[in-house]
Amino acid sequence: MLKKRVAATLVVKDGIVVQSINFKKYLPVGRPDIAIEFLNQWGIDEIILLDISASRNNVEPDFKMVKKAAQKCYVPLTVGGGIKNIEHIRELMHCGADKISLNHSALYQAQLITEAAHVFGDQCVVVSIDAVGTADGYRVYDHVAKKNLEITPADFAKKAIENGAGEILINAVDRDGSYSGFDIELVNSVCTVASVPVICCGGAKNAADFIKVLGETGVSAASAANFFHFTEHSVNITKAIINDQLPVRVETHASYNESSFDERLRITKKADKELEEMLFIRIEKEII
Amino acid sequence: MSTQNIVIIDYGVGNTYSVSNAIKYLGYKRLKISDDEKVIADADALILPGVGAFEEATKNLRARNLLGILNEQVLVKNKPILGICVGMQLFATASEENGLHEGLNWIEGRVKKLDIPDSFAVPHVGWNDVTYNAVDPLFIRNRGNSNFYFDHSYHYECAEEYVAAYCDYGIKVTAAVQKKNIFGVQFHPEKSQTNGLKLFRSFFNSVK
Repeated sequence: MLKKRVAATLVVKDGIVVQSINFKKYLPVGRPDIAIEFLNQWGIDEIILLDISASRNNVEPDFKMVKKAAQKCYVPLTVGGGIKNIEHIRELMHCGADKISLNHSALYQAQLITEAAHVFGDQCVVVSIDAVGTADGYRVYDHVAKKNLEITPADFAKKAIENGAGEILINAVDRDGSYSGFDIELVNSVCTVASVPVICCGGAKNAADFIKVLGETGVSAASAANFFHFTEHSVNITKAIINDQLPVRVETHASYNESSFDERLRITKKADKELEEMLFIRIEKEII
Repeated sequence: MSTQNIVIIDYGVGNTYSVSNAIKYLGYKRLKISDDEKVIADADALILPGVGAFEEATKNLRARNLLGILNEQVLVKNKPILGICVGMQLFATASEENGLHEGLNWIEGRVKKLDIPDSFAVPHVGWNDVTYNAVDPLFIRNRGNSNFYFDHSYHYECAEEYVAAYCDYGIKVTAAVQKKNIFGVQFHPEKSQTNGLKLFRSFFNSVK
């Protein structure tokens, strides 16, 4: 059975992973290669690396950064930011990307979606849509020009799929960095028209948000950024809790059966005596 | 163990870097990414990676004059080869992706668009459980856990005797093929974390 995916989004600005708040404020987190190495060890299902400075600065993708980051990535890696032509895509694939994400170029160079799908297959082409809520409903947001467009995210997704997109990544700009949960209505509006898998992003605070969006909408994957960086055991615990209700991939050796969680679903500290005993438990590293 | 010469065939559309990273992690140092006939002839095991559309893949194999050497190494010298994703699909007689295109015809069969109920999204993307018809040699380290990462819109239809594993996505989807020294997987072992690394280890350990 196909499982729902728990993905991590790494927002990269000028070569550094940042915490992004409303697409406006950015706080540094660390190096992309280190973030990827840890997310891998924590058992993430997929990593989405988005370079938000490339399109804004009108430069090509940072191939060196991607190559270094991909080296320790043994899960699928989607790379976006600054992609303007087929050669950029080819080079990114050589640097270790498994899929590419088109955002700004999907808005203004729709033929690139078609061309990329023709050369690399539609399964390789993710179209990422930034959406904002307005008085007239949801609209697509252009993060370079910093303006709302006329088209709705659902209509844009439909068009992108017709052009050859194999997956849709829907970002709720208003929820970005807000910890207020996924925008179910927005996600639903896209899922109902999409014949391809949809990934949602923006607003995740804890496992409960994942369960809600994975259970109440047709998304194939849900992604978080900030909360995975800043919460202890984040990926493992999130997946363990989700797995009680929905099938996700759980392959970590860590078990949380005897752990307790507070109301925010953060792990609580064990008793000192128990921790002392744990010091003497030997865990053999699995040899492949 | 690590004295094997492993060659990842470079034909321009594969994610060769991802595949080589995963294999290097297992400690195989004599690993090359190449389209050079001499290097390929020296290999103990071959990998045919793939991310891409079938047409582009088969066009590139021909443009780089790889058909002759591959046929010789695999069909005459019986060298073990592992095809990944489109790399596996190339073993088929033909593919229907964007028109009709000829494959290597190593394992008779046709690559067709996933024809599944509407409630299933195409492409088939994500982690899916695989059921084995043949555990040996590819899956001997994966008996207890069969979760692999898939990402494809087309799948390989061939005789049941060559299907080493399949997964359920509304229909039975061929997940692995096997015919003597020819092995192929539809999923991406290089992106299936520990399970994928185990599969690579099983493949290389089966190479004499």
